Amino acid sequence: MEITTILWREWLFFKRRFWRITLSQMVSPLLYFVTFGMGLGRVMEVDGRPYLSYLLPGLLAMTTMRNSYTSVSTRISVMRLHEKSFECYLYSPTRMYLLAMGHILAGALRGMYSGLFILILGLVSGAGLALNGWLFAAVAVNALMFAALGFLAAMLMESHYDMNNFTNIVITPMSFLCGTFFSLEGIPTVLKWVVNAMPLTHTTRLIRELSFGGSVYWPSMAAAVLFTAAFSFLCVRACYREV
Amino acid sequence: MIVCEALCKSFGTVDAVREVSMKVPDGTFLGLLGPNGAGKTTLMRMMTGLLMPDAGTVSFDGKVMDRNAVEVKQAIGITSQHINLDKELTVEENMEFAGRLYRMDKGDIAAATDRLLAFLGLDGVRTRVAQNLSGGMKRKLMIAKSLIHDPQYLFLDEPTVGIDPNARRDIWDFLRLQHKEGKTILLTTHYIEEAEQLCDQVMLIDGGKIFRENTPEGLIAEIGSFKVEYDGGEKRRSEFFPTLAEARARAAGMDVLCNVGKSTLEDVFFHYTSKEVGGWR
Repeated sequence: MEITTILWREWLFFKRRFWRITLSQMVSPLLYFVTFGMGLGRVMEVDGRPYLSYLLPGLLAMTTMRNSYTSVSTRISVMRLHEKSFECYLYSPTRMYLLAMGHILAGALRGMYSGLFILILGLVSGAGLALNGWLFAAVAVNALMFAALGFLAAMLMESHYDMNNFTNIVITPMSFLCGTFFSLEGIPTVLKWVVNAMPLTHTTRLIRELSFGGSVYWPSMAAAVLFTAAFSFLCVRACYREV
Repeated sequence: MIVCEALCKSFGTVDAVREVSMKVPDGTFLGLLGPNGAGKTTLMRMMTGLLMPDAGTVSFDGKVMDRNAVEVKQAIGITSQHINLDKELTVEENMEFAGRLYRMDKGDIAAATDRLLAFLGLDGVRTRVAQNLSGGMKRKLMIAKSLIHDPQYLFLDEPTVGIDPNARRDIWDFLRLQHKEGKTILLTTHYIEEAEQLCDQVMLIDGGKIFRENTPEGLIAEIGSFKVEYDGGEKRRSEFFPTLAEARARAAGMDVLCNVGKSTLEDVFFHYTSKEVGGWR
């Protein structure tokens, strides 16, 4: 009941802002697609593939990450710090773990919606992503993981400025370092350790392998699931913080 | 019955609530009266599970309140001091959202929405987005939301702050009706008239401590039901008397201009703390 209430509320928000949300979610991936994919993609190959084909799975991972994270973190921080409407959940008979789960799920659905554009770009450009159930599962885990991180950040930050700083310090570096745009094979060992500690690295690797018709890379799947579980646990704990 | 036992809450070095114990019997309309910063809102937020006490407990009919106290929360309705409506939702959608949070089915939500919006004069703005409502309408909608599940206990934190006198009177009438129907209502306010008009029990709070508790009439009688006010140099001074005749006799013997009148809760508060509660006089 609690989860459906939260999803209903977020659905109303999404419905009211459908075009604004849809257009804003399309801009960044489209720019990356045009500049890196269509620009560099004509003259470059990575791992023996055209760069455009290599880039699209990375964009799929990055776009679902950014939109899952942003949709939850923005909504929760505005409700908590600005509108104060978040406290309606806290004084209602809503169980804290369902409060967290409902918002994580809503954010993940928004992230997966944005992922649809990348799949459409893949079809239109002929980049040829191998669509299969495991690919959707990997995208879903990626979306859930970053929706949970967004919820956690929004519950812990005390101002919109803090929220912005967190995004700049944590999310933006991941967008560029975790293998979205280039292969991690040749990078220095120390940097490899750092990027392997970042959750997006694992989901990008998973999504890329599966997009190329490969099999599930289980160490990365396990890491992604573990990150998701850890973030979700911290989200529930954060719901017990004072408001 | 609501029972608070030795509630304490500090924020850094500030003791916001200091060992507050109180019992609120069912059916009471209790006013917590005090100036800004007295600890009213902190106390109410602890009672409603939004803040965890540093020490002490709050219980409703023996069930302890905490963040996961689902059964207790189902029995209480809360109107916050600040407007916390979903601004993008319509009046109806705000009501439905509140009803869903309290696990009501669609039919019950629709029936309660019709009844409450009609009572509070919001029927004509059902499809208006909340951010486009007037201040008074927003306050009324918040009260309607807090009552959608017909709670046994109603907490109102400064429910009429910042609204015009007509809307305030409407809300008072509505709250009197809710009290008549048997609800236990706890109201924080710094409007003296609000407490005098509505509450059958008043607690005076200052510096995080409740220092007086009685009926409004009883509190006034404690200091004297009539007062003589006069210019005492730097500030107005008051003397209190149990009867009008005594007050008049005192006034007749004074060689400065003075007023004789009935004492108010504001006088009670000032008498004990040398502070004014604020709001109207």
